[in-house]
Amino acid sequence: MDKNQTIIKMTGIDFAYSENSPILKNLDFEFFKGDKVGIIAPNGSGKTTLFHLMMGLLTPSSGSIEIFGKPMKTEPDFAEIRHRIGLLFQDADDQLFCPTVLEDVSFGPLNMGKSRKEAIEISRRTLDFLGLSEFENRITFKLSGGEKKLVSLATVLSMEPEVLLLDEPLTGLDTKTRSTITMALKEMDVSYIIISHNIEFLKTTTRKTVTLRGGRLIADDQVHVHIHDHAHVHGDVPHKH
Amino acid sequence: MIEEPFADGHSIIHRIDPRFRVAAAVFYSFSVALCYEFPSLLAALFFSLSAVVVSGVSLKMVFKRLAVVNIFIVLFWLVLPLTYAGNISYSLGPVTISLAGIVLAAKITLKSNAILLVLISFIATMTFATLGHSLSRLKIPEKLVFLLMITYRYIFVIQQEYQKILRSIKVRGFIPKTTLHTYKTFAYVVGMLLIRASERADRVYNAMRCRGFKGKYYSLTEFDADAKSWIFVTIVTGFTIGLITMELLLNG
Ligand SMILES: Nc1ncnc2c1ncn2[C@@H]1O[C@H](COP(=O)(O)OP(=O)(O)OP(=O)(O)O)[C@@H](O)[C@H]1O
Ligand SMILES: [Mg+2]
Repeated sequence: MDKNQTIIKMTGIDFAYSENSPILKNLDFEFFKGDKVGIIAPNGSGKTTLFHLMMGLLTPSSGSIEIFGKPMKTEPDFAEIRHRIGLLFQDADDQLFCPTVLEDVSFGPLNMGKSRKEAIEISRRTLDFLGLSEFENRITFKLSGGEKKLVSLATVLSMEPEVLLLDEPLTGLDTKTRSTITMALKEMDVSYIIISHNIEFLKTTTRKTVTLRGGRLIADDQVHVHIHDHAHVHGDVPHKH
Repeated sequence: MIEEPFADGHSIIHRIDPRFRVAAAVFYSFSVALCYEFPSLLAALFFSLSAVVVSGVSLKMVFKRLAVVNIFIVLFWLVLPLTYAGNISYSLGPVTISLAGIVLAAKITLKSNAILLVLISFIATMTFATLGHSLSRLKIPEKLVFLLMITYRYIFVIQQEYQKILRSIKVRGFIPKTTLHTYKTFAYVVGMLLIRASERADRVYNAMRCRGFKGKYYSLTEFDADAKSWIFVTIVTGFTIGLITMELLLNG
């Protein structure tokens, strides 16, 4: 397959929740197959909003979105491609709604027309991959915050999407769980965009980071370039800022 | 996320094809709702109670649910005897109590409890996804099933948000008193509840869409119209026909 295949292309996107305070202004973004991109930007700068626009959960006031080479104009356009893009919500409580973990994780596969047996198989495999094999019969609303986050990730991965949009996947997780997620991301052959405030995490999982300034996406120099600059001074010695 | 305390059991009722349970519950409940005579109502209550026992759910939880409904029924007991017109009535000082009113209140109590118990036993023992799935398999229009399911789910969303807000005002030392501050706080709680519940509902719906939800429910539960499912409907239908016969005989 063409390595340079464009997956998401946003052109001239304007978006505002209320007219007098625009969040995104004339934003351009292009995301290719195989890309691993980090977004690091201040609270309230519009990162989550950007993800929701990509998934068609919000509609821009102007500009165009193209996904997998098709123009996205209406809800049916988005409904068509949603299962190929897995969005992990910032708040895990929004993501889980089935009573048991196994049911929640198989919700996506069942919607995609998998048989019950296949859905259960995929879900078990996904839970296993994330070290959650013992969780399948747990009640979702009785999980801890961090467990909910991991199970949410499982519900997204079980759809076997080609692209992942991860909205702050690490918040509220302990060191061990963080490395589980880092390892999982490195192991999988998917393209992804990660929103995170964790520089170390983005450094190990992404190849390029961008930031939001004035409602536009621009290259960020905090994570990769900055680290590169220092590398000249400190050589190979790992260091903190 | 929904609390379904009765759904994860392994009793014989849990193992009966959900479609059969839904159909049996609907037929039985409608018939009970139309019953009018004490003997048939008492028989129905007894049957429903047995159904709950067979389903093996926590009786404590069941009585908690019953209590909520019976609080509303108390209202009937307060209002009907005083307002219902009937031949026989007793005077207690200035108030007249109508016997017909008392009888009616008693019948409503029996009916509601019998129906509620059977719904707990047959329906609450399946998850909401399964219920949605069996409704659509019973050829109920998809739009209607969706509406039902969403309504059901949002009730829990509201309950969850309410508990969160309560917790947040409690940890900050709120004690209800008859002060303006208390009333203002309660007004905020209710307002906040409505806003938060509707926002969360939107977000959960978005999450469902992101995972390929297109208005159709699927379920992990196996739908298997086996022998025990047929025996089950036969028993429920048989009993219901018995009830109707009894009702007709007593009236005839
Ligand atoms: N539903 C909404 N209605 C109105 N305004 C909103 C809504 N959601 C977000 N906003 C506003 O839009 C702006 C961008 O929000 P967004 O959630 O995209 O930020 P973010 O970059 O994801 O922030 P964070 O790092 O805190 O998650 C914020 O100023 C926020 O107040
Ligand atoms: Mg955000």
